[in-house]
Amino acid sequence: MTKVFQIALATAVLVSGLNATDIIKGSGASFPYSVYQKWIKAYNKETGLKIDYIKKGSSKGIKDAKARSVDFAGTDKPLSPKVLKKNGLYQFPAVVGAITMGYNLPGIYDLKLSRAAIVSIANGSIAYWDNALIAKANIGVNLPHKKLTFIHRADGSGTTYNFTYYLSKVSKKWRKTYGAKKSLSWPGDHHIGGKTNSGVAALLKQTKYSVGYIDYADAKNNSIAMATVENRAGNFIKPTLKSFQIAAAKATLNPKKDFYAVIADPKGADSYPMVAATFILIPSEKVDMNKDVIKFYNWCYTNGQDIAKSLGFVPLPDSLTNKVKDYWSLKGINL
Amino acid sequence: MEKIFQKLSFSSASLVFVLLVGIFITLYTAAKPAIDEFGFDFITNAEWNKELSLKDESDTILDEDNYTDDDAILDEDDDEMMLDDEDDESMSKTIYGGLVPIVGTLLTTLIALAFALPIAMGIAVFLAEIAPKNISNIVGVAIELLAAIPSIIFGMWGLYYFAPIVADIVGGYQVSLLTAGLVLGVMILPFMAAISRDSMNTTPGVLKESAYALGATKFEVIKDIIFPYSKTGIIGSIILALGRALGETMAVAFLIGSIFVLPTAINSPTISIPVAMANNFGEASGLGESALFYLALILFVISFGIISIAKFYFLKKAN
Repeated sequence: MTKVFQIALATAVLVSGLNATDIIKGSGASFPYSVYQKWIKAYNKETGLKIDYIKKGSSKGIKDAKARSVDFAGTDKPLSPKVLKKNGLYQFPAVVGAITMGYNLPGIYDLKLSRAAIVSIANGSIAYWDNALIAKANIGVNLPHKKLTFIHRADGSGTTYNFTYYLSKVSKKWRKTYGAKKSLSWPGDHHIGGKTNSGVAALLKQTKYSVGYIDYADAKNNSIAMATVENRAGNFIKPTLKSFQIAAAKATLNPKKDFYAVIADPKGADSYPMVAATFILIPSEKVDMNKDVIKFYNWCYTNGQDIAKSLGFVPLPDSLTNKVKDYWSLKGINL
Repeated sequence: MEKIFQKLSFSSASLVFVLLVGIFITLYTAAKPAIDEFGFDFITNAEWNKELSLKDESDTILDEDNYTDDDAILDEDDDEMMLDDEDDESMSKTIYGGLVPIVGTLLTTLIALAFALPIAMGIAVFLAEIAPKNISNIVGVAIELLAAIPSIIFGMWGLYYFAPIVADIVGGYQVSLLTAGLVLGVMILPFMAAISRDSMNTTPGVLKESAYALGATKFEVIKDIIFPYSKTGIIGSIILALGRALGETMAVAFLIGSIFVLPTAINSPTISIPVAMANNFGEASGLGESALFYLALILFVISFGIISIAKFYFLKKAN
């Protein structure tokens, strides 16, 4: 009997320990997961507060936010002010990431892709690498007459959403036929899907004469060659932190509209075109918890810049973080 | 005491039955919206996630090459978001068709079985009859270890190391029906080999010795005495392996290419039911989620059907 009593006591103590209310729970997008994890670790080191973020995908995060199963949710696809109001949620951007066109072409070191070329690769209308659309931007480069394999995501993802949003902005035909989607049945007859960004990275590295969209962090970590892409102003921009920052600064995120905007394809001569912001949703009625959440993100805006940059993400520029702080005070959450 | 034991075993057995029926009911309820919407056409339709616009097509289609015009038009819409999905569902209807995953599942299972069955039988015969005691022990342990490897490890090993080899030998894509089928075969091999070997070991020594005494060769003994005797065990192992192959998710997800296109050759990428579900469940909602449950229901019925048919047919024959 005493043994049973001991076990019961131990369980009771453990369970009560787990009931600690100072763990902030979050879930959602996997695109910024690596940054959030490092921020959480650094914040815990400095303040001792624990935050638990589980990557389930933006859709599940939005579901969790609506059901109040978490204290905050991450989403790559912003919700409209109408939906936010209906569900009593507030929304603000956390960090900006970039999507690059990774490619595997032996011997070619600086591939340039024009806007028309990217759309045609995605909709399967380019069969061989030496197609005129690609050759036009790469004069003097000997493109091989090999079949082009397009690599996309097999699973639903915010990265696909942001990439297809960019395609919708560039091509009216794409917008009408496919639009911006988290997952779609890709057209064309020479494409394969990789599971998660690391699956896409593996396929890009192993499949010769392939090209696909992949986030900057994964491309850099796997040493995948990234194409120089044409932006809105007609200039060809290399994917570098500086060009991402210029693009992020041009972002038209409006606090009055709950930052409801996708920042792909910004204006500006030196902006990198395929940038994507990722957002945080918080329930409007949980005033005390929201204070802790925005304290965390405020800390990340000022102290998490180097962490974000080291992982290949773009910390929000000061102009934007000031807008976010105004939004917070507007909504009655004071730091 | 007897009564309690009887009651306990009866409730365990009925628990299994209750679970089975419960799962079927859950799947059916969740799949009902898709079943009502698509009916049996779902099984023959090869188009997944195809949007049909309900507005009339009076908008002119713009010239594909004329991108500068597109940019000029889009400038005005600059701050306008193009997202109208949650509000505008009346504008388009999405069609889901499950033919491609169903065909993919059946074909990968077939390839896996075709690859693994002869090898497994060979291993079983070798371990049961031909190998000397110590080799038989070591190889037996190796086979069992192979069975214990988690499937995601097979997926990653397959993606990084096996897929390039397949592409080098056969040509074409690295991730395809063939790669997935072969790795699946490696995964079901240990079950079939181990269980068949155990089943063969139960052949009574008397039968074998009498056969040898009558002048039968080793091969004849294996063919005419051991195989017929251990038939039910072997069939049982095949059914178990079939069940695993039909439902295998992680390994196949990495290796099959995940595109909703009917395979045109053995090395073309396609998709299978568990992979379609694993890939899309995270972001699915509404009719899409219901369509995934419909696929799950179909897989449930297929597995159940194949296993029942195999059992009844072979049990009848054995009797």
